[in-house]
Amino acid sequence: MSAPLPEFTLLHPHDVDAALAAAKAHPEARFVAGGTDLLVNMRHGIGAPDTLISLSRIKALRRISATDDGLFIGAGVTLAELARHPVLRHYEAIRDAACVVAGPSHRNAATLGGNLCLDTRCLYYNQSDWWRHSNGYCLKYRGEICHVAPRGKRCRAAFCGDMAPALMVHGARIELATADGTRHLPLEAFYLEDGAAHLVLAPDEIVTGVYLPPNDADSARSAYTKIRIRQAIDFPLAGVALACDPVAEGLRFRLAFTGTNARPVLVDLPEALDSGANDATRDDYFNGLEKLVQRSVSPQRTTTTQPHYRRLAVAAMARRLAVGLAAGSAAGSAAG
Amino acid sequence: MSKTHVTTTINGTRTEFLCEANETLLTVLRDRLHLTGAKEGCGSGDCGACSVTLNGRLVASCLVLGVEAEGAEITTVEGMAEGGELHPLQQKFLDLAALQCGVCTPGILVAAKALLEKNPDPSEQEVRYWLAGNLCRCTGYDKIIKAVLAAAADLRGAA
Repeated sequence: MSAPLPEFTLLHPHDVDAALAAAKAHPEARFVAGGTDLLVNMRHGIGAPDTLISLSRIKALRRISATDDGLFIGAGVTLAELARHPVLRHYEAIRDAACVVAGPSHRNAATLGGNLCLDTRCLYYNQSDWWRHSNGYCLKYRGEICHVAPRGKRCRAAFCGDMAPALMVHGARIELATADGTRHLPLEAFYLEDGAAHLVLAPDEIVTGVYLPPNDADSARSAYTKIRIRQAIDFPLAGVALACDPVAEGLRFRLAFTGTNARPVLVDLPEALDSGANDATRDDYFNGLEKLVQRSVSPQRTTTTQPHYRRLAVAAMARRLAVGLAAGSAAGSAAG
Repeated sequence: MSKTHVTTTINGTRTEFLCEANETLLTVLRDRLHLTGAKEGCGSGDCGACSVTLNGRLVASCLVLGVEAEGAEITTVEGMAEGGELHPLQQKFLDLAALQCGVCTPGILVAAKALLEKNPDPSEQEVRYWLAGNLCRCTGYDKIIKAVLAAAADLRGAA
């Protein structure tokens, strides 16, 4: 038997304004959408909010619509809906990522907003209350020290959402709302490198959705891949999203990583891959890409898999995706 | 704490219940409605023993609050057999010995049914991928996969 959920009051606002008013009236409240992350943590004794504000009945959050300058995806859209939605055919990394979050039953309940706000994860944190109690808790919650880096003052828990890197390589902006108004941020600015406080989200603020710039050029391509312990269900040990854009000099790559840091990490490659490059030059370019990825991430001992392995694996996955997309792009332009 | 009144349709029958805010759909099904087919394994969405469908979508009922079932159509393993006749999946699980202790079986049957409704002719890989969220400690999965594929063939033949 797992521990029961602690007691709380459950509110069901029917629109965003009512949800924000409820958050203002209940400062200790948490928002809940699919519940696949929050309820598990609450059952592990992580947080005991007196009130949960359910977003499940707010239709406005479930909207996917074309805008004047791209696409809007509501925070309440489920990952299963995203995985099969035709408007994402030009955003392959986002569709790939939506298809590989957890298992089918989770994707049916879990939402885009929930995945973007996913709590950070660590071997010493995602455990039952008695386990953490017997280990003296940890810096992230109720404890004094970080068991991953005992001399450090910062929580090293890793962000493990799959959607954020995929959205980031497509240039997503996130929309946040409070009772006082809305603000928009580049998605990468939504995250901080602190496992105990990794979101810039205020307690009474919600994610209402993300805006994506248009991506209808046939040659613009992207992909997402990850490694995990239980294939087809688990959180990423490390994940990579990559987009390549044709530019005058050749191909530009933009990469983003998850599972390696307290936040998803975005890397814009400074140099393009020259479209006229011979095999040796291409190989040099991809070697450089692999080395840059290794330097850009800092996996810690937050999983049972060693940080060094995850650093090498994430770089190797990035290289594989880049080589594949470059080949596809070359084939596409040759065919065209 | 005050209970909430919830109206649902469970296995085709309109069903009302009262539950606390912090009760999961799984607890409601088992302890209030005595539909004990769905099991609690992990309570964290890892094992799939509590699988049911909510408005046609497969979910882990240990991660759904009972109150969220308001107005929803739920099906559980108890709704699979029609009258005295087992669902082809249930029959194939028996014929091919695709269960031993049986704790994971209701969740796997419900998950497999959800797959076959979406994809009547899945490959072995698709079945394995779909059922990755359902743990079984006894069978080694091989017989389960074979039974699902055999039931799928049966259902296609009958259609």
